[in-house]
Amino acid sequence: MSVMTYLGAIGAAQREAMEADERVIIMGEDVEANVYGTTGGGKSRSSEGDFLQMFGKKRIRNTPISEEGIVGAAAGAAMTGLRPIVDLSYSSFLYMAMDQFVNQVAKNRYMFGGQASMPVVFRSAMFYGLNTGAHHSDRPYPMFMNVPGLKIIAPASPSDAKGLLRAAIDSDDPVLTFEAVLLWGLKEEVDDNEYRIPLGKARTVREGTDVTIVAISGSVPEAILAAQDLEDEGVSVEIIDPRTLVPLDTRAILESTAKTGRLVIAEPAHRTCGAAAEISALVAEEIFDALRAPIVRVTAPDMQIPFSPSLEKQMYPTRATIGDAVRRVLDSAPQRLAAEISR
Amino acid sequence: MNATLPIETLLEMQRRMLRIRRFDERASKMVKRGQIPGTVHTSIGQEAQVVGSCMALGEQDYMSGNHRSHGHPIGKGAPLGPLMAELVGKATGVCKGKGGSLHLADFAVGSLGESGIVGSSIPIATGAALSAEVLGNGRVSLAFFGDGAANQGSLYESMNMAGVWKLPVIFLCENNQYALSTPAHTVTSGVIAERAAGFGMEGVRVEDGQSVLAVYDAVSTAVSRAREGGGPTLVEVITYRYNEHSEGLRLGTDYRDAAERSTWLDRDPIVLFRDHLVSRGVSADTLDALEAEVLAEVDLAVAFTNDSPYPEPSAAFEDLYTDVEVAA
Repeated sequence: MSVMTYLGAIGAAQREAMEADERVIIMGEDVEANVYGTTGGGKSRSSEGDFLQMFGKKRIRNTPISEEGIVGAAAGAAMTGLRPIVDLSYSSFLYMAMDQFVNQVAKNRYMFGGQASMPVVFRSAMFYGLNTGAHHSDRPYPMFMNVPGLKIIAPASPSDAKGLLRAAIDSDDPVLTFEAVLLWGLKEEVDDNEYRIPLGKARTVREGTDVTIVAISGSVPEAILAAQDLEDEGVSVEIIDPRTLVPLDTRAILESTAKTGRLVIAEPAHRTCGAAAEISALVAEEIFDALRAPIVRVTAPDMQIPFSPSLEKQMYPTRATIGDAVRRVLDSAPQRLAAEISR
Repeated sequence: MNATLPIETLLEMQRRMLRIRRFDERASKMVKRGQIPGTVHTSIGQEAQVVGSCMALGEQDYMSGNHRSHGHPIGKGAPLGPLMAELVGKATGVCKGKGGSLHLADFAVGSLGESGIVGSSIPIATGAALSAEVLGNGRVSLAFFGDGAANQGSLYESMNMAGVWKLPVIFLCENNQYALSTPAHTVTSGVIAERAAGFGMEGVRVEDGQSVLAVYDAVSTAVSRAREGGGPTLVEVITYRYNEHSEGLRLGTDYRDAAERSTWLDRDPIVLFRDHLVSRGVSADTLDALEAEVLAEVDLAVAFTNDSPYPEPSAAFEDLYTDVEVAA
């Protein structure tokens, strides 16, 4: 075990995969210079562990700023024997390659009757909450959840980032990984050995009995803080981090919610058709009878992201808004009614 | 170069051109009779351009294509039965009935898939060339696209990457002069082949795209360059489609001049090459027998299709992921 940041854990997973399999390559803008710290041992090329020196220019490949071309070429390479990891840096750059993601990456295996496999990972970072303005603050994973054929992960801890990325690289299907930049600096003890966390398995971040919070990506640390506040108020909170959004671990969500009878879902994406909306519908369809209160979503509003720090800070779920949501489900009308009847 | 080609190779060129012609003629009829759902886009008139390109490739080489989709896999050597079954939507189709005419693919012959989105498969072929370069397996890749796709950004992003990385890829523009009803020259600035110069790569314009040997020569040169590490080439082939953009389509306006059409009909690539083969000493009997063989192949493909079952409904829920079940 050693202490790693989230970014360091990604670098470790990439290094392990590059060492284990020569078909793995990394391509993207600025990957040679290790600009984001995931393709080297340190910030300098001379630091030990520089990927370009370890793996060479064939496998560590700077690309032009051509997202459509990069994504399509990675797909074509994946269909013919490579296992590319594509670093697209900002998640909002994915839109430049929307045709390739939706029409080629997601559809080829299916359209061609299973002839193609598509072992490719697309990494991108969500720079929200950092005053980068509307073009760099997107959290677009729900759009891609609407495209059958893609797998989607959103790790929220260094350990999960390492294990899920290794599993993503192993997958014979295309995987998009969305990283909240707010999480990049998180540190924790991470296993130095190789390990994989299977896609589609949620993590129970903490156990509790009164209410379930399903928290996604950058909302996970906020949910943990909210749970600590609530504990002081005598409320026992269970936190489920799905970690993988496609395929979604529906069983973990349903079991936890069935146990607590109350559900709050927190995520940084927009409200309409978000992951929270999907999870909410799932629970309402499957275990409505187990609910003791209406489901509450804590999301970004259906609004673009403003630049000014004083405007942006209100846009995403926080410790306070998640905590308030929990208090609301504990004090909902059916609960009050039940309390009155029992009196 | 073509003087050195053995007669067997020349006959194979004619065979594949005939396969495309007869296959597409049959498919056209089947669309009109309602035996093929939806529509198809035929390569009739463009056989020389397709076969000249495909036969310049090796069996292991890769290829991607577009909506005018049947000729490419046929030219690359795919058997006709599973292709026809795919057009009808049968379980024995080359894509198990899930692709249809627009999305034919036969990985066994390096056919990585046709695309219904104009310009969308060009980066795929570029990526196949990238894997050939990284893996060092000596393969090359060819992207078929039309004059319409020549105005898509995907082409130029791909050409730039292929140029800077010296990838073994051929960008093959099938310039049949019309994007559906729109004349290419009205929406295309300059000459497509000359755009290669801006990327530091060779650009070639084959003016006589009805000559299978002219196309074969140009593409062979590009393939040799690619295989020897010389990087990509843009080849523009001038040709003409004889049928409407898609079968059954009846446009209200005559966007193509009758005299123009007639000039191109007089340069039927299959007739031209038959004459060439006769001039090379091939007997009319041999050529007649070849035509009969191909007709029989198409008949067999249709019989295979008719004898094949439709897929079970559950097949709609297979082949999305390698290891995830998706509920109906």
